[in-house]
Amino acid sequence: MRALPVEPPAFFPRGPSPLARLAFFGLVSIALLFADTRFRYLESVRQVAAIVLYPLQRIVQMPGAALSYVGTYFSSQRELADHNAALQRRLVEQGPAVQGYARLQLESAQLKGLLALRDHYEAAATAVEVLYTGRDPFAQKVFVDKGADAAIAPGQAVIDADGVVGQVTRVFPFMAEVTLLSDKDHAVPVQVVRTGVRSVLFGSGAGRAPELRFTAPNADIAVGDVLVTSGIDGTYPPGLAVAQVASLERDTGQMFARITARPLAGVDRSTHLLVLGPAAALPPRPEEPVEVESAKKGARGKARRGG
Amino acid sequence: MARPGMSPLSPAPPEEILRPAAAWFVLLTLALGFVGNLLPFAGVAEVLKPDFLALLLLYWCIQAPRYVGVGVAWLLGLLMDVGDATLFGQHALAYAVLAYGAEYFRRRVLRFSLWQQAAQVALLLGLCAAIVLLIRVVGGAPLPRWTYAVPPLSGALLWPVISVLLQWPQRPVASASDL
Repeated sequence: MRALPVEPPAFFPRGPSPLARLAFFGLVSIALLFADTRFRYLESVRQVAAIVLYPLQRIVQMPGAALSYVGTYFSSQRELADHNAALQRRLVEQGPAVQGYARLQLESAQLKGLLALRDHYEAAATAVEVLYTGRDPFAQKVFVDKGADAAIAPGQAVIDADGVVGQVTRVFPFMAEVTLLSDKDHAVPVQVVRTGVRSVLFGSGAGRAPELRFTAPNADIAVGDVLVTSGIDGTYPPGLAVAQVASLERDTGQMFARITARPLAGVDRSTHLLVLGPAAALPPRPEEPVEVESAKKGARGKARRGG
Repeated sequence: MARPGMSPLSPAPPEEILRPAAAWFVLLTLALGFVGNLLPFAGVAEVLKPDFLALLLLYWCIQAPRYVGVGVAWLLGLLMDVGDATLFGQHALAYAVLAYGAEYFRRRVLRFSLWQQAAQVALLLGLCAAIVLLIRVVGGAPLPRWTYAVPPLSGALLWPVISVLLQWPQRPVASASDL
């Protein structure tokens, strides 16, 4: 109908029918999906593919980068001066804190030495820039411009000037994938600065505020409380600012309070980030004794009967 | 038979005999579609950005079924999964279904006007997006925002443009008798 030699008449063999092909490729896709979700077999394939695609992605981004470069090149002298002044002011403002920090660090090292405590993390950090946000609409991820080449490893915490942004989840040779606080599969163990109450902050997906789940309704938490990392997961070093409690609903009918928080960092805005050094290896988790396990089960059973 | 009075800006009428699409041209446009999908967008453009690769695949499945079919679509889908660093196989499955849908629609879709074609294209692209949505939600992902429904529609709006543009090299050169 359209082009001249469009297709041979049906009585010539043309290989399997489209439906057969669809069935075959559909089954292979489903197998791949399962393999990928269950076993993460394909991580190495992904690494190789990422190396191949990397130059292409950089080339594709060049026009945009060039445009923004030209844009900043022509930004006015006045604007730059204002920006510079603001940064200077900020530097001076942070001076006392930084100087105090140096003294505190020394003090803490001495105390830790006295008490024979381990260091939680090495104070090395790598400054990175966001290349682009992930194109997957189901996940909250960004890609940054350094990876295995800068000794970045999965699990390292990522912060900006105001607080925790997320953590490195996948490392490629020249870039790394950072899962943001707001991703649904992301959780940070936190602590309320005012009272020391511990909880875990879970992301809830794009455009929704992260939640503090599994917190008892009577926990001492108020709107406006600042949450910092508690460091008990061994991933995030303790004491990093994370979020501020935004809303609080205590319903006695519910097992847990419903608490949402507003991240302090510009999780979806910041372009300059800092990847913190790897967390020091924690001692291995002790194995749970069998009696405890059975006692727990008993307690759970009781709770179920009671509730 | 070419009608000399036709504007080059409208698609070829079904009775016009086109030259076959060159394999390199099909490959080039698909590569461009892939690169287009990799382009970083921001703000409104990010919401509106259609799935260029799916659109081009659909076009070539209809226009050049000898070159592009379920297998090619599946391979390109895998490539897209790698580029996106998402679940391996989600785009592959969606594109394979898309190619099969194109196979099904191919014989009749060209008889419609461009805008009627666009409506059917919106359906097919929507099906493609729905498959990805289903796979991810079954995998435990949260529901995306409503803007997830926009790309299939914007893709369908691009369909007439693509149809006219990509047919250009296939239009017969005006013969001496037309002059």
